Amino acid sequence: MPMNLFTFKGGVKPPTHKTQSVGLPIAVAPLPSRLVVPLHQSIGGTPQPVVAAGDKVLKGQLVGEADGWISAAVHAPTSGTVLEVGPHVQPHPSGLDAPCVVIAPDGQDRWIERQPFDHAAASPDETRRHLQRSGVVGLGGAVFPTHGKLTPAKSVAMAELVINGAECEPFITCDDLLMRERADDVVRGIGIFRDLLQPQKVLIGIEDNKPQAAAAMRAAVAAAGEDFAVIEVPTLYPAGGAKQLIRVLTGKEVPAAKRSTDLGVQCFNVATAYTAWRAIAHGEPVVSRLVTVAGNVRQARNYEVPIGAPMDEVLALAGPQPDTDGIVMGGPMMGFLVPDSRAPVVKATNCLIAHSARLFPPKAPEMPCIRCGACAEVCPHELQPFELYWFARAKNFGKTQEYALFDCIECGCCSYVCPSRIPLVHYFRFAKSEIWAREREKNAADEAKARYEFKQWRDEREKAEKAERLAKAAANQVSRKAAEATGEAPADAEKAAKTAAIQAAMERAKAQREAAQPKNTESLTPEQQQATAEIEARRAAAHLGDSEQP
Amino acid sequence: MEILLAIAIMALGAVVLGAALGFASVKFKVEGDPLVDKIEAILPQTQCGQCGYPGCKPYAEAIAKGECDINRCPPGGTEGVQRLADLLGREVKPLDAEEKPKAVAVIDENTCIGCTLCIQACPVDAIVGAAKQMHTIIAQQCTGCELCLPPCPVECISMQPIGENIENWKWKHPILAIKPVPPAVHAKEAA
Repeated sequence: MPMNLFTFKGGVKPPTHKTQSVGLPIAVAPLPSRLVVPLHQSIGGTPQPVVAAGDKVLKGQLVGEADGWISAAVHAPTSGTVLEVGPHVQPHPSGLDAPCVVIAPDGQDRWIERQPFDHAAASPDETRRHLQRSGVVGLGGAVFPTHGKLTPAKSVAMAELVINGAECEPFITCDDLLMRERADDVVRGIGIFRDLLQPQKVLIGIEDNKPQAAAAMRAAVAAAGEDFAVIEVPTLYPAGGAKQLIRVLTGKEVPAAKRSTDLGVQCFNVATAYTAWRAIAHGEPVVSRLVTVAGNVRQARNYEVPIGAPMDEVLALAGPQPDTDGIVMGGPMMGFLVPDSRAPVVKATNCLIAHSARLFPPKAPEMPCIRCGACAEVCPHELQPFELYWFARAKNFGKTQEYALFDCIECGCCSYVCPSRIPLVHYFRFAKSEIWAREREKNAADEAKARYEFKQWRDEREKAEKAERLAKAAANQVSRKAAEATGEAPADAEKAAKTAAIQAAMERAKAQREAAQPKNTESLTPEQQQATAEIEARRAAAHLGDSEQP
Repeated sequence: MEILLAIAIMALGAVVLGAALGFASVKFKVEGDPLVDKIEAILPQTQCGQCGYPGCKPYAEAIAKGECDINRCPPGGTEGVQRLADLLGREVKPLDAEEKPKAVAVIDENTCIGCTLCIQACPVDAIVGAAKQMHTIIAQQCTGCELCLPPCPVECISMQPIGENIENWKWKHPILAIKPVPPAVHAKEAA
């Protein structure tokens, strides 16, 4: 199908380094010594652990239950024993800990009972819930819970469903291999997304440096009898950014602070479609993912790795060269050096690159900005990185927001071309996290203020109520005294009524006392009666009357 | 004659403009003091009283009146002083107290006797409990003001600093990292 393509502004063409890892088919990584499964693996709420140390789990068993709608469940990647639920190091630039479920594999890799989900019979809501329960999240790197993106916008008709197979970042080939080897399942997964969103068109975008993947996808689309368009887009980093790919395929530009759904476009990664199909047709939750292991290794390759496998063990499969001095998670443009190589592979881990000084020579020191404007020319979002840089550096965060800091996708094009080697993206990340921290502090302060003001208001109210009570009591006292002083005329009737009431109460009490006779004085024998009478006589003699009759 | 006319015109102008200003000052009267609100927005709202005033608003009012210095809010930190100085055009002064890391109060629930004294002291109602029942602190609402510490008769409340975690971790300001050069390199250069 011939189609006019659009272009986005900017972009760079870094060396792709993709050929090294596409030579061999996907291999299944062996089970590691232990699996550390982080509970928080998607955007949104942190799932609550539903297992405890000592529990036996099966492959695919739920270990963390989704917390809220924007949150996705987490499952055991293999069968074994839960060793602990506790904090462990995360694949995060901070190198900090977060709660994880640690599982010792039993080596049997036994699946829990898998129930295929009949999505044709189920309502769209049930399908979305099933995907949430299966832990399906965006595997392109942002790990947004997929079910949250599968509700069509109410205001705009869904025009295009864009499937992202562009994979523009250097070194990474996991989507390429997935499309080559498992295109049928990917296409069926896209079919599910199509059924839920009801778009007019489905467009599958693949960069033109992956002809085999495109051919496999075309064949799979034809075999499935679908009318999805497989479109090869020019190879230009970052064509795989969601907004860039939407621009290239549909010509629509997503405005700042809006989402593509507002324009009737939704975008999913091919691997997400694949896992969605596995979850629906086979009842398999997301317990593994494809990871490209490349860089400074003897044999770069794609592995199907269980979630939670330690990165160093995964890297060891590809045989890292002796001068490897670290692991980069993600690609060289957007990835980061993992602070601790024992960190686990998570749903967001699409690539592990063995880092060495030979492969990534250390950058020469940062030089002053010469205002050449090269960064603005390559920015795919048409921002002005040099201006943002000045403001971020000066901590003038208000200005950075005026210059649309939050439209920056951190693709790294600006840092890549900067002749002064300024780590621009680092400055932008710094500014973003500072702004978020301030926002949090501001919200906390506002809430504290509201609560403080409420407490003050409540204290005032209580004080006023107490004062009112006291005033009333005092007023009563005064009026009574005044009444006593000025002749008892008005109080007489009141007093008489009170006396009468007291009198009546005393009468009642007396009647009750008399009614309640001791129960052991009936049906006494004459001897007993006589003995009692004698005792009574003695008591009378000793002046000890009944207490009731003094 | 002309000079009298000129004076009359000027006098008339003065009367008209004066009336307009007087009308505007009544019509567009601003309730409250906008400066106090601006100052209060900078203060951290811990309501801790460490500044010597019974809450953030009284402190903001005192600053606005020029009665006290801008460096008396330890929870606001040096950055708070900086922002107040920017707002008011005053000079930045070092904080007159030690800057502490952010913390939340934690009640040792085994020791708590349920006296409700801390509940009464908490300025933001962040402590739940009832007489002779165990009390506990809602950590999310706790501002770390430490006002609950002195009233506790059994000293079961302690302040625990909020460490860095993945939720509140921030990218650091990019700076040139100075790395130590191994001595071998020095030796080579010298040779």
